[in-house]
Order: sequence, then structure tokens, then C-alpha cells
Amino acid sequence: MYFTSRDVDSRVTSVLGIEGTAWNLSAAIVDENDVLAEATATYMPASGGIHPREAAQHHANHITGVIKKVLSRGIGIDAVAFSRGPGLGPCLRTVATAARAISLSSGVPLIGVNHCIAHIEVGRWKTQAVDPVTLYVSGANSQVLAFRAGRYRVFGETLDIGIGNALDKFARSVHLPHPGGPGIEELALKASRYIPLPYVVKGMDFSFSGLTTAAESSLCKASLEDVCFSLQETAFAMLVEVTERAVAHTGKGEVLLAGGVGANMRLREMLSIMCEDRGVRFYVPEKKFMGDNGAMIAHLGLLMLERGNTIAVEDSAVLPDFRPDDAEVTWR
Amino acid sequence: MIAGGAEAIIELREGKIIKKRVQKRYRLAEIDERLRAERTRAEARLTSEARRLGVPTPIIYDVGEHEIIMQHIEGLQLKNVLTPALSERAGELVGRLHSGGMVHGDLTTSNFILSGDKLYMIDFGLAYFDSSVEAQGVDVHVLFQTYESTHEGFEELIRRFSAGYRRRFKNAGAVLQRVKEIEARGRYA
Repeated sequence: MYFTSRDVDSRVTSVLGIEGTAWNLSAAIVDENDVLAEATATYMPASGGIHPREAAQHHANHITGVIKKVLSRGIGIDAVAFSRGPGLGPCLRTVATAARAISLSSGVPLIGVNHCIAHIEVGRWKTQAVDPVTLYVSGANSQVLAFRAGRYRVFGETLDIGIGNALDKFARSVHLPHPGGPGIEELALKASRYIPLPYVVKGMDFSFSGLTTAAESSLCKASLEDVCFSLQETAFAMLVEVTERAVAHTGKGEVLLAGGVGANMRLREMLSIMCEDRGVRFYVPEKKFMGDNGAMIAHLGLLMLERGNTIAVEDSAVLPDFRPDDAEVTWR
Repeated sequence: MIAGGAEAIIELREGKIIKKRVQKRYRLAEIDERLRAERTRAEARLTSEARRLGVPTPIIYDVGEHEIIMQHIEGLQLKNVLTPALSERAGELVGRLHSGGMVHGDLTTSNFILSGDKLYMIDFGLAYFDSSVEAQGVDVHVLFQTYESTHEGFEELIRRFSAGYRRRFKNAGAVLQRVKEIEARGRYA
């Protein structure tokens, strides 16, 4: 591979970002203004859910192609950023290895990015949100976050599995394809009634595993459409309730939706009603910036580069349990 | 209206607090109705039960379908006056509550009121009876999260809370150990 490095006095800065915490492998180059190039390769399990080793093997097979594609346009890069965590260990290591190789071979600094915070920052970049309460909902993560006292604090989160994994788990039990969310959303539109399911909010935290199990067992007395509908209505009400509590507690005037499950139109509608009733603004980025994407890693990488927040290759071990509240925020 | 939390409006009328759970348009009417009615009934019952366990709480005067009329506790929210010494007293109250098998379900520093020199616990809307280490651990974890997200010097606050909690609750050690496990779990693990 061949890398061009930019002139040091150049005004525009470009960063290559690589994302691969779970099933989506994605690379992008961004500057202060825009996404300049991006390429993606998605691991689709033949059956069942994500197998960490198979996903990592997929990333290893495709990472050279994905990176070559974004670099093929001859855009020089000033740094390389990678998703350091949280995520599946084998996937994280594959991506980190590629990022380190690029950093060493092209002599550009390396930046280790917190994946959850990258979701928030790309949302702030691509919408008008300035200081929002963020509901971040993906396969493995479900968190309500807000910036306070120099960090992104977790105000509420799942006590067991992420909402996306909960939907996937239910979808698998009824032989819907992975990821489960879109299929459940479609079936829910055809429902005729609500089946009571356990609603579990404990203070600012929520839990989904009992709900998923209850949804599976209610299939004997209700149609699949009705159960899909009831599962969504119950789970999303829990998420929106905790988001509203965080808004009330922090006094912030904005809500931002982030993560792949944010594509669900019913979840968006519920959040939008809650925000309207509370008199706060609601922001949803374009869909391509909601799921895992390289641009968000590149963008946060750029913010960190501007603050000199780079790491040496020898200190760049991946952090599978990297919490957003453990990441130092130098750019706000 | 003297306060509007996320789920209820609180009015002060003739020296009494009226806490009314408001309708939420964002959620399905069946879910909304069920949550408001269940939480209103549970809150009234558990507020009184907690007092029997030695935790100062408002006296309940009357209970409607979606509203509770109760004693007005005049004072300051713990979040505005939190000190290590008060954190230790909060720990004692939570210890008494957990000794009696009740978890609060929404332990934040907004839900303690310092009135004179007496510390009250309020808002039992999410409380329930459960004496498992897990439920008690989540209860304490939720409070520690508000400490960490909104209060400076939270390590000292947590240390003093734990001291008070241990004093009033014999199983405190196991619960505090579980709190550490809860913090480390539930994400990508």
C-alpha cells in the first residue's frame, strides 16, 4: 500500500478512521468539513447471531480491501484513528493491527477512539445538537449519556443485554433474519393488540433479557405480529422513560439519538413526542451515521488530533470494556 | 406546581403535597395506564412501609387512581447539600430499608430531603420488596451512578455511604461486593 502524507503547513486536516467493533467493518477519511471517502464490508452470519471469531476473520479478510478503497483517491492523511473499544476482542485486535501498521509505515500519529463517544460526536457534527442527552442504542450497547464535569457520563444503561441483542435474540427464536430489528418493526405494523410484557426500569437503568424471554413464551397465546408490536412498545417505552428522566435530571435542552437501533421509526416517533411534550429539541443524524461507521471514528480522531490526543503504538492495546466515562474528553 | 419530575407533577395545596402521575403520550395507552396506576398504589403503600422500617418518609393522607396526597417535607434536596457526613447518613437509611427487605428503585440525590437536621427519603414510586443481593446491589449502584455523574469527590462520598450502610445492614458487605460486579457487567462482556 502507498500512503501520501500531507504538507505540515496545510490548513485542512484529514484523518483515516477504521471501525470494526462488531459486525460492520468500515473505513473513512474525513476533514473538518466533510466525509471525503468511505468503504464498508459487513459480516453477515450464515445463520444465528454474530460469532466473534468469524466476525474477526471476516474483518481480517476484508480490511486491506476496505482501506485500499478509501486511500485509492489519493487523499493524504494526517493521522489514523481506530475503534479501541468497547467491542468484541478479536474484531478490535484485527482493526487495531491494521491501524498500527498504517501509522508506522506512513509515519502518521495513531489515535485510539472510544466507540460510544464517536457515535455522539458524529451526531453533534452532522446535526445542530450542541450539548444533548444522547440515547445510544445498538446491538450490544444501550446507554443514556450526557456531558458533565469534563466527561461523557452514563446516566442510565442496560443491566444485562443491549436492546439490539434483545431484538436479535427474539428474532432468532422465530427464525427472522439477522439483524432482527427491521423484521420485528415490519411485523409490528400489522399487529392488532398489545400483550402485557414485563416493563423493567430500575431507577435510571433498564433490563431486557426477561422481556425477551417473556415475549418468546407469549407466542403460544398471541400472534407473532402482536408479540413483535408489544416487544417494541414495551422496550422502547423503557428507553424513552430513562431518556426523559436524564433530561429532567440534567436540565439539558436537547436529545440526540445514536446507534443502529435508532433507525427504528417507532422509537424515533416516541422520542420525538417525549421531546415535544418536554419542550426540548430532538436530533437524529442521517441513517448512515447512526449505525457503526468509519466516519464517526475518523471525526472523533480529528477532534482528538487537534488536542494532541494521540497514542504510541506500544500503548495502543485494545479495550474491549472501554467505558465512555473512562475516556478523557480533551476537545470540549 | 412546586416541582415537575420526569413522571409526576407535584403541587403544594393547603400545606399538603399532591403528587399526580401525568399521562405520557409517547407510550401506548395500555402501558401508560398500567404504569401510572401500579406506581401510584405501590408508592403509597411502600412509603408507609419504609417509615415502619425506621426510614423517615412523608405521611400519606390519601390515595387516588393517579395521585397521592401526602405530608410536605420542607427542606433541601440532598443533591444541593451533599457532604461526606450526609452521605454516611443516607447510607444508614438505605441500610435500614434493605434490612427490611425493601429496595427504593430510584436512589438519586434528588430523593433525599434534609429538613432541619432530619434526613428524609422520598419518592417510592419505583420501590418494591426484594431482599436479594442483586436487587439491593442495583439499588446502591444507581445511587453511586448519580454520585459519579453529578458530584465532585465521589470516592469519599461512596466510602462514607458504605460506612453508614454497613452499620445498619448486616449483609452490606455482600451487596457492596455485588455493586462492583454490576459495574463491570452488562456491556460487551
